[in-house]
Amino acid sequence: MQHVRAIGQEGTPAALEVAGVSHFYGRKQALKSVSFSIRPATFTVLLGLNGAGKTTLFSLTNHLFDTRHGEIRIFGHDINRDSSEALRRMGVVFQARTLDLDLSVRQNLAYHACLHGIGARDAARRIAAVLETVEMSDRLDDKARSLSGGQMRRIEIARALLHSPPLMLLDEATVGLDIRSRAGILSTIRSLVERRGIAVLWATHLIDEVEDGDEAVVLRQGEVVAQGRVADIVQATGTVSIQDAFASLNRATADGVAP
Amino acid sequence: MSPQPAAALDSALSPASGRLGLRQYMICLRGIVLREGLRFVHQRERFISSLVRPLIWLFIFAAGFRQVLGVSIIPPYKTYVLYEVYIMPGLCGMILLFSGMQSSLSMVYDREMGNMRTLLVSPFPRWFLLVSKMLAGVTVSIVQVYAFLAVAWLFHVRAPAMGYLTVLPALFLAGLMLCALGMLLSSAIRQLENFAGIMNFVIFPAYFASPALYPLWRIQEASPLLYAICQANPFTYAVELIRFSLYGKVEWLSLGVVCGCLVLFLAAAVLAYDPARGLMARKKDMGG
Repeated sequence: MQHVRAIGQEGTPAALEVAGVSHFYGRKQALKSVSFSIRPATFTVLLGLNGAGKTTLFSLTNHLFDTRHGEIRIFGHDINRDSSEALRRMGVVFQARTLDLDLSVRQNLAYHACLHGIGARDAARRIAAVLETVEMSDRLDDKARSLSGGQMRRIEIARALLHSPPLMLLDEATVGLDIRSRAGILSTIRSLVERRGIAVLWATHLIDEVEDGDEAVVLRQGEVVAQGRVADIVQATGTVSIQDAFASLNRATADGVAP
Repeated sequence: MSPQPAAALDSALSPASGRLGLRQYMICLRGIVLREGLRFVHQRERFISSLVRPLIWLFIFAAGFRQVLGVSIIPPYKTYVLYEVYIMPGLCGMILLFSGMQSSLSMVYDREMGNMRTLLVSPFPRWFLLVSKMLAGVTVSIVQVYAFLAVAWLFHVRAPAMGYLTVLPALFLAGLMLCALGMLLSSAIRQLENFAGIMNFVIFPAYFASPALYPLWRIQEASPLLYAICQANPFTYAVELIRFSLYGKVEWLSLGVVCGCLVLFLAAAVLAYDPARGLMARKKDMGG
């Protein structure tokens, strides 16, 4: 594994800490002792091809499944033992579209506010603010069904922000969108990291979404094969770009040879 | 979309703080019930079909069969009653049964469409979310039952006036039991397409092997085996509970069975949706 340096820092609670996590579907092992941590206010890319285990890791992190092997902590709160506190600190954008198509944007967001125990008056204020952030204020009363794919994603991001989580998980949030929508969503998320200090775990297989200054965790067949700053991973693999480094990491491990 | 400063958020949002108290629980429950209500309002076909189905039974089936099927004086009735009056509680049960299974279908749909995940990543305990979802489903069911009773009343198929009030707790309990059963079934159904199996193996057997359409003594005369099946059918007790309560009476055995089944089905459903032990944990999530 290319372990350039640990992402977390000692003494400060990591926004997300994954320690020795394995997961099985029957006999098939989907994750193999995955460990990494991300600091608050950082943009971390979880890179992996389809089937690498990104969605499984997300499902464990947001407690759709129980973590049976290893530990996952959100700002120090164990997702199994203290799931309520952990989930309150997390906003999630799932890979699949999760808006209720029969409801309006306002109704979708108000429902989410209720699921976090936010009262109607506070919810209205928050809905206005998050919609402004994703530039969708004018679609407040439109049915979700009438939105484009990119607009739906923006609403899902607004929804994930509604309860002001300090950590956001986005699972392949730009898949299926055109270049302009992808760029817009990505820059909004990066802006949230810079301006609000939100920690973001951005799962993707789209290598052009990664920048040299980002932190990255590279997953391959359920294993972490590299982690650290993107520029450092590139340097450690002896390549010139993250595209080459990613290809090299996947090729090398497929061949059973260390890069 | 251009990079948008997050400044708007800074002023409006403060991080969640404090423990989740009773008020937050009530907000969550209200939100789930409201969403179920909104979905119901938006799906008018669902309301119309839920109303038309029992009305067809009441006005077509019952009209044809009342000459064939005689109903003797059996509790809670003090006199001979029209066949339409006899099957009215069974048709209320039918609405609850279909509605409970509809909730199950809606949960499978939500799971396939991903909506279920937004519910399950809420910080409230999983059991509370499922119970809230059930209460929401039952509320919608009871509205449908009262709409049916109102139409039946207009056509002079009536229960005692007080019965419309005393039946409410029975509808609530029976509805909860059937919703809990639907929720349990939804955890075991992998795909929406498999829902047809629920129709064939749950709804129809439960409905026909019950006193909804004919009294149990008639069934006993016809087939002791079918009578035994009816007695093992929880829906039988749901129908009898509704029937007696429509006449201001409590059928204690039915009440006990319905409450027992409710606890059993609910516990099994909560277990099935438990991320540690349930069926959900064994399903592979698709994706990267």
